[in-house]
Amino acid sequence: MSAPASPSVVLHATGVGKRFAGSVALDGVELCLRAGEIHALMGQNGAGKSTLIKLLTGVISADSGQVSLDGRLVAPTTPVQAQALGISTVYQEVNLCPNLSVAENIFAGRYPRRFGFIDWRAVRRGSRDVLAAVGLDINVDRPLATYSVAIQQMVAIARAIGVSARVLILDEPTSSLDEGEVQELFKVMRRLREQGLAIMFVTHFLDQVYAVSDRITVLRNGRRVGEYLADELPQPALVSAMVGREIALAEGRDSEHRPAADAPVVLSAHGLGRRGKLHATDIQVRRGEVLGLAGLLGSGRTELARLLFGLDRPGEGRLDIQGEAADLHHPADAVAQGLALCPEERKTEGIIAELSVRENVVLALQTRMGWRRTLSRTQQEALATKLVKALGVKTASIETLAGQLSGGNQQKVVLARWLATAPRLLILDEPTRGIDIAAKQDIMAEVVRLAGQGMAVLFISAEIEEVLRLCDRIAVLRERRKVGELPGGCSEQEILALIAGDAGEVA
Amino acid sequence: MNAARSIAAFIGGAREARHLALAVPLGLFVAMALVGGVFYDGLLAPQVFANLLIDNAFLLITAVGLTFVILTGGIDLSVGAVIALSTVLQAALIQRHGWHPLAAISVVLLLGTGLGACMGLLIQRYTLQPFVVTLAGMFLARGLATLISVDSIGIDHPFMAAVASIRIPLLGASLSVGALVALVVVAAGVLLAGFTSFGRAVYAIGGNPQSASLMGLPVASTVIRVYALSGFCSALAGVVYALYMLSGYSQHALGLELDAIAAVVIGGTLLTGGRGHVAGTLFGVLILGLIQTLIAFDGRLSSWWTRIAIGLLLLMFCLLQRLLVRRAPEQGES
Amino acid sequence: MVPVSTSFATQPWLRRFVAQPLFWPLLTLALLLLGNGVFNPGFLALHWRDGHLYGNLIDIGNRAAPLILVSLGMTLVIAVRGLDISVGAVLALTATVAAWTLTQVQAAHAGSNLLPLAWAIVAALTVAALCGLWNGLLVVKVGMQPIVATLILMVAGRGVAQLISGGQIITVYCAPYGFLANGFLLGLPFPLYVVATVFVGLQWLLRHSALGLFTSAIGHNPIAAKVAGVRAGAIILATYIFCGLSAGMAGVLVSANVDSADANNAGQLFELDAILAVSIGGSLLSGGRFSLAGSLIGALILQTMTSTIYAVGLPPQLNLVVKAVLVFVVMVLQSADFRSQVRAWLPWVRKGEQT
Repeated sequence: MSAPASPSVVLHATGVGKRFAGSVALDGVELCLRAGEIHALMGQNGAGKSTLIKLLTGVISADSGQVSLDGRLVAPTTPVQAQALGISTVYQEVNLCPNLSVAENIFAGRYPRRFGFIDWRAVRRGSRDVLAAVGLDINVDRPLATYSVAIQQMVAIARAIGVSARVLILDEPTSSLDEGEVQELFKVMRRLREQGLAIMFVTHFLDQVYAVSDRITVLRNGRRVGEYLADELPQPALVSAMVGREIALAEGRDSEHRPAADAPVVLSAHGLGRRGKLHATDIQVRRGEVLGLAGLLGSGRTELARLLFGLDRPGEGRLDIQGEAADLHHPADAVAQGLALCPEERKTEGIIAELSVRENVVLALQTRMGWRRTLSRTQQEALATKLVKALGVKTASIETLAGQLSGGNQQKVVLARWLATAPRLLILDEPTRGIDIAAKQDIMAEVVRLAGQGMAVLFISAEIEEVLRLCDRIAVLRERRKVGELPGGCSEQEILALIAGDAGEVA
Repeated sequence: MNAARSIAAFIGGAREARHLALAVPLGLFVAMALVGGVFYDGLLAPQVFANLLIDNAFLLITAVGLTFVILTGGIDLSVGAVIALSTVLQAALIQRHGWHPLAAISVVLLLGTGLGACMGLLIQRYTLQPFVVTLAGMFLARGLATLISVDSIGIDHPFMAAVASIRIPLLGASLSVGALVALVVVAAGVLLAGFTSFGRAVYAIGGNPQSASLMGLPVASTVIRVYALSGFCSALAGVVYALYMLSGYSQHALGLELDAIAAVVIGGTLLTGGRGHVAGTLFGVLILGLIQTLIAFDGRLSSWWTRIAIGLLLLMFCLLQRLLVRRAPEQGES
Repeated sequence: MVPVSTSFATQPWLRRFVAQPLFWPLLTLALLLLGNGVFNPGFLALHWRDGHLYGNLIDIGNRAAPLILVSLGMTLVIAVRGLDISVGAVLALTATVAAWTLTQVQAAHAGSNLLPLAWAIVAALTVAALCGLWNGLLVVKVGMQPIVATLILMVAGRGVAQLISGGQIITVYCAPYGFLANGFLLGLPFPLYVVATVFVGLQWLLRHSALGLFTSAIGHNPIAAKVAGVRAGAIILATYIFCGLSAGMAGVLVSANVDSADANNAGQLFELDAILAVSIGGSLLSGGRFSLAGSLIGALILQTMTSTIYAVGLPPQLNLVVKAVLVFVVMVLQSADFRSQVRAWLPWVRKGEQT
């Protein structure tokens, strides 16, 4: 698994920077991909991985820095250009056409011809050959959609090879694969590595990184933390590099406000699970308690939140709210029972950009009241103004369209919406991701205050720092199951150890 | 021996899912014809089927062009109106301005293609909904047709009359020039869809336009070209229709777009795009024509049942398509 | 943060005035009417005769009544990201059902007029609501695309109407029925009252219940609306039912107007007129933002256009062409791609808009 002696550099990116409307996505990032090497790119959500990939594959262009391929400076402005240069990407959502046959997907856009028409026999033969190079022997005439995601990915890889790639970028290829399929993929990756391809492997599964990578580059908050040889970086050190330490935030909890051990249980889930998304999980939240849910991306935290809120139906298990069994078919049922969810994807699932701040704030309360009873305009304005002031939302007026606010203020508006319903349990899914420090502090202070008043809070975050400061108890998830629970006063190392898993030593 | 082997290969190939899509309309057509043949004497005569082609030649040509549009996930509601516009323009040029039919036909074909290309450009460039753009195009074409002439214009040019009366013998029956043109268009459509990069790009766009773009396929030009192709086919259908009716009238082909869409859907093409065959459209048109023939043969049912029958068939096929689409994602779902 | 400019075009009060959603539709209508008044003296005149108010303006309102009703229904369907192209067929079907029921009941109860009328209206509106329910179920429960789902009724609905009428025009001999479209109440044509009732009732419902907010939320961002607890299914179903009902009311008015029902021709191309009225009125065809008043004005604009063309002496066929061009213009103007193209050409248009 060790890299060959002095491998040649195929792709070298230096000083790469990118800004999006005020926030920095990448800052002085350096990346070095070598021939015949599998190089893993790791980092949490918002670390800049996807921005870097979009840059390399021509979807967006960098504000600063340069990228060179085989010594020549390149700056692809479209994905097609990047492919022509030799940088091919296979995404998590396989970007092929599911209705076309396997052979067609491999040869689309470059069909061999006979007398001006497509020579299908040559297409079939050629696709079988290139699939053999990745060790796959399947019926190339069947539509791509009839094959599993694992096979579809292999076809995407085969297409990439077919257009003679120098660099192959695999973006989260294993998220939808089972154990056996992952091993098959690794076999293919190793075979391609032997053939001298430079492979960049983006994933959040730690053991997979160690199983197949030669080198690891870690990104955090848009900067490169470091480039390491996989052999020389123990797992906890990797996790530490990924989630690391942030600037000091607001004070932690006052021990006075710790909830009584016998506070009533607001919500408890027994064996709650959903096929392919979450294994049977037990979880309990008491009144006035802040329960943290820690774990890396893909560990199942958001899936658990969706099950608790009625966005998804569980395949197994039971949910009790205030001691009574609850069967949630729709978020409206959850809202009626006093639950609230600030979703992770605030732009697509949280804020309604074309409605005003006021309308966004009163929406959930209105759905709880039903369609016949309404809040009068005066009541709406009073409510919105009160919450906007309480949370410190920076907006010209409550009639401003929500889409015009900054990310942090949008997050506060979503929070305000749920606070307006005075919920029993507030689920916050990554509430501080991608927002400025000041807004982060405001939100966290508010969470502390609410818990002090008796609200139960489920706080999902990948930032260990935050979780430690805010939570009374911390549940840790790894690979779609709960692996343990720690009390609020535990150390960062203990959490990291649970997240990292058995392999690697606790420093 | 060879025949047996090719039949076996065909059946073996037919087990492939995509051939199944063709088997359904083909099977339905054959079944309807056989059942009809049992109930009504004289239904299974070759000329009856030849008449199907003769009477529906213009619908077939239009539907072939429409198939390509629907395969990309779009729709073209202007087809009937463009047919009407073509007939009126032809008739006006020939009868009132003394043009030779061939010259008039060339102008008409160019106009149809141009209109289609303009609509395709608007749809592609400004990301407008094809439904509304082509609906407006329908209004425009009908309006232009009525502006040229409110009344019907009879065509009595000797060239046209002569071509209209030509009958070509084929398999014990005789076909008109229009029917032959329709068959040629179907054959060309099959070749275009199955053996050219344009055709394959059409399927790719219907499957996933973003992926098609990422794969480097010429999405923008393909979209414009399918609408231009649909416009060309409508104009050509208008030429055939003018031959068939020997008149040009702004109210010709009223509501034809719905029949064409029904034919394409019954022929197995998904309205969401990406799956379907031009050959299927042939059977879709034949089924529609057969329904009308059966009702005519029966004599007891009023012809209004045709509309209801088409509606029911359309419902059945749409529900079927919905079920198919629901099952497919489970295979490759993440 | 927003650069302050002193040029007239960017004065804040002017910008706010122009940005009023009803500004452009009202301006268009006003220009059309004024233009008519200038070139056609006496166009805008109103006379009081025989206890009724007469004039072109009243005429336009009267003739526009069916289109206004259908446009109101279509507005709500489009607002939740749907579409209903079966309205023309439903109109024809309800007109036929009304006329048929009326003649049947009249035959059974010879001499009476009000009982058949009542039955006719009940039957027609029930059928219309059922059509809307059918469309709604296909979209919400079966998950079909709205265009596809309503296409089926568009094809079959007219066939059913033709079946009921036997392809013949059913003539109605019932004075109260004709009153619905041609009668006057307090000096104004009766259809205006129908429109006013429906419009006011709908506005009241949307403003005094949460339905208006929920409809916007669903149309703008269905996922976020769902997370916030909005039950989209029931609301979308209701919009299709109402759209069917509005087509039904229009069908009754149309057939009452001519004391007959023509299954073949009634409501031809009506769906396009409705969609056009909705988009001229400022509602987004992609859903979310909608304006009932805008659609009403849009329908009036279309009717004024038709009357203008007729009054000026231009061939009535021009109507279709003008409508088509209008649709193209409105659609392109509403397109985000077009607006970014314009912004690239004219930097001063940027005006502090945030993306």
